[in-house]
Amino acid sequence: MGVRLILKNGILTAVLSGEIDHHSAREIRNEIDSTASKVKPKTLILDFSAVQFMDSSGVGLIMGRCKLMQIWDGSVEIANLPPKIERIVSLAGLNQLCVVRKGNLDESDE
Amino acid sequence: MKVMNEMSVSFPSCSANEGFARAAVAAFVAQLDPTVDELCDIKTAVSEAVTNCIVHAYRDTIGTVYINCKIFADGKVIVKVRDRGCGIPDIRQAMQPMFTTAEGERAGLGFAVMESFMDRLHVTSKPGRGTSVILQKTLERRPASHG
Ligand SMILES: Nc1ncnc2c1ncn2[C@@H]1O[C@H](COP(=O)(O)OP(=O)(O)OP(=O)(O)O)[C@@H](O)[C@H]1O
Ligand SMILES: [Mg+2]
Repeated sequence: MGVRLILKNGILTAVLSGEIDHHSAREIRNEIDSTASKVKPKTLILDFSAVQFMDSSGVGLIMGRCKLMQIWDGSVEIANLPPKIERIVSLAGLNQLCVVRKGNLDESDE
Repeated sequence: MKVMNEMSVSFPSCSANEGFARAAVAAFVAQLDPTVDELCDIKTAVSEAVTNCIVHAYRDTIGTVYINCKIFADGKVIVKVRDRGCGIPDIRQAMQPMFTTAEGERAGLGFAVMESFMDRLHVTSKPGRGTSVILQKTLERRPASHG
């Protein structure tokens, strides 16, 4: 499990990889939050392209980051969601809380 | 239908074992030649059940998590995840989507995920004695691709 953080033009992108469960969520949360609370980005993008597994602990992780970003009126976007993980994200109704982008996202299009 | 094969595994309720538990069940179920999607569904449901033992049943302690898995020739898979933890006082309430007793970042979706990713979910529990979660799914039987 890993997190790679990229800060560019006020947008913080967290590139997640590996398996997201209760065990790995704590470290991911700490990594993202320590940087996010320092730079207070306008947008936090969670990039799921390299995530192989996620259960409801990952849903809690996403919901928690949405709450954090709301403190300074920022927002969360979920990008590059693999179809397997998309199912649990839609079951959780996360599209009500943040922007959900499926499949491949070409960043230059934004 | 007769049981084709069966395995049991037990381990202490440390969070590092969540990945082990779903991988162990997936490796065993592989004998039935499941699709990638079927395997993903089972892994996710097992992960939910095992995480609940670790997070809720043995909240401030370490106890033993028991898994038993049976596979049948018609493609049926039954996974039982059991703990001797605190138990659930009101199962119906616990199974409501978004219901959670944990502080921190829990979505309250574990049972909803187990229900939607498996064919059947059966929960029994006794407060102070423990909880048992039975997950069932029948895999699609496909013609063998090789002799
Ligand atoms: N094995 C268990 N032992 C004791 N209580 C349990 C057990 N499994 C579930 N519960 C209770 O049922 C509630 C709902 O469980 P569920 O898995 O649906 O949500 P959660 O674990 O709270 O959140 P999430 O799974 O989304 O992280 C839990 O909050 C807990 O109170
Ligand atoms: Mg749970």
